[in-house]
Amino acid sequence: MSDHPPTRSTPHPYPGKLIIVEGIDGSGKSTQLLLLHKWLESKGYKVFFTEWNSSNLVKDTTKRGKKTKSLTPTTFSLLHATDFASRLYHDILPPLKAGMLVLADRYMYTAFARDVVRGVSPEWVRKLYSFAIRPDMAFYFKVPIEVAISRLLGGTRGQFKYYEAGMDMNLSQDVTESFRIFQSRILAQYDKIVDEFDLITMDATKDIAEQQNEMRRLVEAALIDYKPRRGTHGRRTVFWRRFDVPKSE
Amino acid sequence: MVDAQYFGDGLTYLNPSDLKGKLIAIEGTDGVGRSTHIEMLQEWLEVQGYGVVTTGWTRSNLMSKTIEMAKEGNILDRWSFTLLYATDFADRLEHQIIPALRSGFIVLADRYIYTALARDFVRSGDRKWVRDVFGFALVPDLVCYLRIDVETLVLRVIETKGMNFWESGMDLRLGGDLYDSFKKYQSLLIEEFDKMTEEFKFEVIDARKSPEEIQEELQNKIRPLLSNHLRSPALLSDSTAHPSPTS
Repeated sequence: MSDHPPTRSTPHPYPGKLIIVEGIDGSGKSTQLLLLHKWLESKGYKVFFTEWNSSNLVKDTTKRGKKTKSLTPTTFSLLHATDFASRLYHDILPPLKAGMLVLADRYMYTAFARDVVRGVSPEWVRKLYSFAIRPDMAFYFKVPIEVAISRLLGGTRGQFKYYEAGMDMNLSQDVTESFRIFQSRILAQYDKIVDEFDLITMDATKDIAEQQNEMRRLVEAALIDYKPRRGTHGRRTVFWRRFDVPKSE
Repeated sequence: MVDAQYFGDGLTYLNPSDLKGKLIAIEGTDGVGRSTHIEMLQEWLEVQGYGVVTTGWTRSNLMSKTIEMAKEGNILDRWSFTLLYATDFADRLEHQIIPALRSGFIVLADRYIYTALARDFVRSGDRKWVRDVFGFALVPDLVCYLRIDVETLVLRVIETKGMNFWESGMDLRLGGDLYDSFKKYQSLLIEEFDKMTEEFKFEVIDARKSPEEIQEELQNKIRPLLSNHLRSPALLSDSTAHPSPTS
């Protein structure tokens, strides 16, 4: 525990690469990350995927808090930071140290945008995440609010979730209207974050394939110096050959 | 807490200036008798007509279960460890401590953020991050630190409940066995509490004294806070029944 990973202002020293995506719900970021994941694996890279708010410990607590509607902006923020900390330690750092590619669906920038809209201090939430490492590539999928709404209503999910629409903030009784107000404020925060942390802005109104081609082009260029570690599969083959050859004689 | 304030970046959506009550924190390492003294103080204050709310470390509705689960799985990283406790504290602060202070209660806190600061420092050697995390905490009106030396503490803990994994800091592998680890861990905590005494203006009380003496000292430290508090409804009716010479 005494070894301190570098803070988010300097590049991390590990042989792996960390690629993250950001954007509001309905921006298509998860779809793009999934397609990138497929492509990287097809090229033979070892890839590890991790997702915002997914550790079991914190998920159960968040669920409990949401059910009783007792979460405040601060506890909401702290719970997500706890989830992030535990995934950074258990899921993100080990594969990076092992030289793998790590793909993260949402990163600390989600907290900087969303928690600030919920009302916590922008300075405080940035200090909270000062233990995080800087990603090698951070994509922001920028989408106008109406496009996000029509995507979410029209296709993939059919309706908005309570917290995703910011219904806890009493912005509007109407779920769609609440989503519009809440997510528009988040978009405004993202605009600041893009400059502050040099995120790569992607035009998320374009076709899925077009965006993916652009993303793959950028990732390929960024991976030019990346030397992937040889996976266990290759080693295992060598291992068995060594023992099999004498036996067959 | 007329001039109540936050340690650092506070709860921007909560104005702390209208808090009428008093926040009193009782700090000290494990086994110094904090909870016994808090019970006695509550009794003493309630007899005088003050409303009292007590709050304890990791006792929030939201988090107490989660922290138990995390401890069973032995969380390894410093950040999650601290953030879980910070979440528990934030939940109690917003749902329990601040509402009570707003209604004019005296809040007795069994441990406060100093416990988290000491534990995190012992685990990381860094003071900055944990202080930033707890920046939203209210500065208490009074912090009483029940101080004990590690030799006395060891005997007392063995005599009573025995040493457990977390109180011994076994996650830190400081010593070969429970006893060595407990001693080293608690010494480091005491050292850190001593350093904070000056910085945060703790009132130090020697926890090796008899419970009666300690309780009396605690009451002496608290009494000056109460004189500012004469406007509480309970005392107002008292003073109209028996007008004091000063009025």
